[in-house]
Amino acid sequence: MKIPISWLKDFVEIGIPVHELADKLTMAGLEVGSIERIGGWEKCLIGMVRSVIPHPNADRLRLCEVDTGSTIHQVVCGASNVDVEQKIVFAEIGASLVDSRNGKPKTLKAAKIRGERSEGMICSELELGLSEEHEGILVLPEDAPTGMSLDDYMGDYVLDIEPTPNRADWFSILGVAYEIAALTGQEIHEPLVEYSEDGENIHDQVKVTIQSPDLCPRYSASLIKGVSIDESPRWLQGRLKKAGIKVVNNVVDVTNYVMWEYGQPLHAFDYERLLKHHVIIRKGYTGEEIITLDGVQRGLFSDTLVIADDRDAIALAGIIGGKNSEIVGTTRDVFLESASFDPENNRKTSHSFDLRTEASIRFEKGLRPDLVEVALKRATQLIRDIAGGVVAKGKIDEYPGREEPRKIMLTDRKMKQVLGIEISPANIEKTLNGLGFQCCVTDGAVDVRIPYWRSDIAIEEDLVEEVARIMGYEAIPTTMLSTPIPHHKGDDYYMFRENIRDLLVREGLQEIVTYSASSFETLARTRLIDDSEKLVRIANPMSGDFEYMRPVMGAHILQALISNLSFNRGPIAMFEMGRVYLKRERDLPEERDIIAGLLYGPCSEEGWLGSDGQFDFYDAKGIVESLLGRLFLTGNYTALENGFLHPGKSASINLFDRSVGKIGEIHPVVQRDFGVTEGTAVYFEMDVRSMFEMATETFPRMKPLARFPSTIRDVSLLVDLNVTYASIKNVFEQNKLIAKAVLEDVYEGDGIPEQKCSLTFRLYLQSPIKTLSSGEVNDAINKVLDKLKAETGSILRGTEGQFE
Amino acid sequence: MPVDNTLEQLRSTALQELEECTSKLDLAEWRVKYLGRKGYVTGFLRELKNLQPSEKKTFGSQANQLKVFLTERLMAAESKLIEQEIRVLGENDRIDVTRPGRLINVGSYHPLTKIRREIEQAFISMGFQVVEGPEIEWDHYNFELLNIPKNHPSRDIWDTLWVDYRNERGERNMLLRTHTSPMQARIMEQEEPPIRVIVPGKVYRYEATDRTHEWHFHQVEGLAVDRGITFADMKGTLYEFARRLFGSDRKVRFRCDYFPFVEPGVDMSIDYLAPGADSHDWLEIMGAGMVHPKVLEGVGYDPEEYTGFAFGIGLERIAMLKYGIDDIRLFFDNDLRFLRQF
Repeated sequence: MKIPISWLKDFVEIGIPVHELADKLTMAGLEVGSIERIGGWEKCLIGMVRSVIPHPNADRLRLCEVDTGSTIHQVVCGASNVDVEQKIVFAEIGASLVDSRNGKPKTLKAAKIRGERSEGMICSELELGLSEEHEGILVLPEDAPTGMSLDDYMGDYVLDIEPTPNRADWFSILGVAYEIAALTGQEIHEPLVEYSEDGENIHDQVKVTIQSPDLCPRYSASLIKGVSIDESPRWLQGRLKKAGIKVVNNVVDVTNYVMWEYGQPLHAFDYERLLKHHVIIRKGYTGEEIITLDGVQRGLFSDTLVIADDRDAIALAGIIGGKNSEIVGTTRDVFLESASFDPENNRKTSHSFDLRTEASIRFEKGLRPDLVEVALKRATQLIRDIAGGVVAKGKIDEYPGREEPRKIMLTDRKMKQVLGIEISPANIEKTLNGLGFQCCVTDGAVDVRIPYWRSDIAIEEDLVEEVARIMGYEAIPTTMLSTPIPHHKGDDYYMFRENIRDLLVREGLQEIVTYSASSFETLARTRLIDDSEKLVRIANPMSGDFEYMRPVMGAHILQALISNLSFNRGPIAMFEMGRVYLKRERDLPEERDIIAGLLYGPCSEEGWLGSDGQFDFYDAKGIVESLLGRLFLTGNYTALENGFLHPGKSASINLFDRSVGKIGEIHPVVQRDFGVTEGTAVYFEMDVRSMFEMATETFPRMKPLARFPSTIRDVSLLVDLNVTYASIKNVFEQNKLIAKAVLEDVYEGDGIPEQKCSLTFRLYLQSPIKTLSSGEVNDAINKVLDKLKAETGSILRGTEGQFE
Repeated sequence: MPVDNTLEQLRSTALQELEECTSKLDLAEWRVKYLGRKGYVTGFLRELKNLQPSEKKTFGSQANQLKVFLTERLMAAESKLIEQEIRVLGENDRIDVTRPGRLINVGSYHPLTKIRREIEQAFISMGFQVVEGPEIEWDHYNFELLNIPKNHPSRDIWDTLWVDYRNERGERNMLLRTHTSPMQARIMEQEEPPIRVIVPGKVYRYEATDRTHEWHFHQVEGLAVDRGITFADMKGTLYEFARRLFGSDRKVRFRCDYFPFVEPGVDMSIDYLAPGADSHDWLEIMGAGMVHPKVLEGVGYDPEEYTGFAFGIGLERIAMLKYGIDDIRLFFDNDLRFLRQF
């Protein structure tokens, strides 16, 4: 909202530089977004045209003498509207102006035009940068003081303020003026409103009926007959333009002007166009329509509050007027409305029509009914003064929702409780008085009467803020919390999750964060999702790309891979700790933390030391195993049916008998559909909450160190291809003397029968109570070999012939 | 032959022969000859068993000393030889120390994780605890319990993304939380004072994306409620936070601002020199305030007894400020060239 400083000065004296003022307002809560300067016209003065004679050598030019108080200048002027005795803007040689031919800045130089000296220029609005107007010179009012610099005469600043939504009063000059008065210790001068009501009694000429008193607590109006609709005077137009308001005609301009001043929207109807001169405030009928001032035909709803005449809706109450009753050039009699409307209904209506107007942004914030009367009088007077006419006797003032002025008791105790310091009643009184509150100091409290323009003050704490912000938050001391630190319940889960992040970063993975939503098509490409009905859908998504909250992680991490492929040759190893959102009936979706990782490309950075090949399943598995190990968990891995992963190269990750995740190569079809055309991406994901629930130990317990040396034996086994490593390892683990069995080599091919492979294990045999003898070692090996044969059909390699 | 004489002789012969060794092979042979299992010194020690007990003791000790002495001399001779060899071969046996080393893959944290942890640490050290809440919320928690009724203009502060869901009355009442503040109400509903928590998490707004805006970003909410917590305490706590994150030479400014769930409301800014700018400006880094009595009442706390403060910090903005990131969209592009810088 734009507030010209010159307009503010009608209400309050401003004795500090504009930047300082803006800073004070911002600190007190009214942010000044920008300050626009109007002016900066160096070497431009107010002059009076002494004489005008035709140019001897050019038909269209004249020779003028301009008096600037101390000097008379000869000027060649091309404008047809220049005349003797006019007050004009005279630019001296060296002035910076706008070139009327191309709109660019120019510096005025002394010139001879068709042989005649020109010692300056008489300026148009365009040349001064005031408007696009360049047909003719700018003519100033007669009382403009000759010789005064133009900056002093009409230079200005315009504050562009950003009022917070609680402060309806900051949408007015008056509200901002009170702010300034309080912050700078000035007084407020409200304009004097006085006019005579010489017409017939208004009640004999118009009837007002409020049918929806709950939505219209107060409706008042005046009637001004015999006005002349015309352009507004220059000063009024000037102010409206600076404030960014469109100029319409003198009556409409006055309603806007007073709305800017007091924050109370007003509406002027053409009295003669109101059927039966009966104004009804009612709700819309189903099927009823209105063409609003913006030219749009709108169907009304049953909860739309309208102003109607005896038959038709003539305005959307508090939002916009109707075409059928608007002020036009031929309007003679003006019915001027100033009313209160329910803020909630107003906001609902303006939202349902997607129509936010200067009126609705004020009404929706709640305006005090007291404001109605003040604004009506001010606007009635201005219309009479500017557009002429006779004011009817009396006013309409239907006031079904009468409110008493509000009072709040501000206690010393509350002040201290909230701010932490004591503020003297005198100080409170002075601060609040500055803002227009009326205070009465009592014992231990101040009785505060709330002014009519402040609809935001409802409780004691609101007054505490008023005092604190006007005094300045800097004035409140800085202390540390001295209350006891609360007992915190365990945050083991949070620690567990952060720990996973740490471990994966250490494993060489880069953490990423992706968007939580996606398109259905993208999610479906994972082949895990086939029904959009089962997903959490956003009703008003930013775009189709973000319509569904993700129920799986895979799609996003694959997209992250793709976005890196053009810049990155790998290794690409990344993970995300993110949520998935699972729809539930009649409840908030379930949100689960998932840890997901993806590996792609070479395992190590390229370089002279050679590469370790491409990432594969076992790289991912190594990461998962190390991760689980550091979390004191041991996983087991079983076959998995999952459309997202390669059927032969994927597994369910289980803790005990509970599946907590999956791991595998991305299915080649999925990978292709996501646009990864070469290489193989390996993926893992685990449900973090499930992992946490299976983690019985959250901190390590020391195990004793072995005190006796271990003996190492290598055994190569001939194993059926359908016998898993896990089943063999399991047999080794059951033997108490085998402390560790490491798979050293896997071999298939020459010398190995079809459907078999050779697995070489290095066994570490060790006893906690003594050094093993070679006899004991041999016994243990033989026992385990027998068991392997019995349970898995695996035999020691090289002995295959002996037993057949 | 007196035994000591033999020892003395052994010693001088051994030393003399050691002098003559010029290669590692020579040294190995020398070692076998004198110190090996069948060497002279060992042989001498073995023969001691034939001597009288008193002599055995004397000569035993001397022989052992000799063994230690010769071992030391051997080591010294070896060292000397290695030094010589390296010096001779040195010209050829040299690596290019400037070549790149064998890189170990080390990941790094997303900058938002780094900054979140920094913020968490600052508050944890002041007695706050980290808790979390749902990203998909009811209107009730996101707005109504926070003193933001339906059809209230303050709702304009948050452009909301709504979930396609309607309750029995046909109202849209499920949404993507627009701030982490709903956890204020949830925590106070569940716990009795004293409360001191921070709530990090993702939040969502219906907002067109550009360099400084995203529809999806992160906040850290804070809440402290107890008897006797004041505005001055809030200033102290937030000032301490800013000092830890940005250093004590950064200026901090508290100005009045409006959020419906606090009263008085605060915006905290720090001074900031934008790249290319010639003067400092104030950059808002968080909204805060004293918890509004209506919020306290809504969760069943007595506002005459309890007071507290709440605050909300935008993670992206802090990270951008601290790390000099000029485009918020980089956080979610997941370009590894960007992420690996952190």
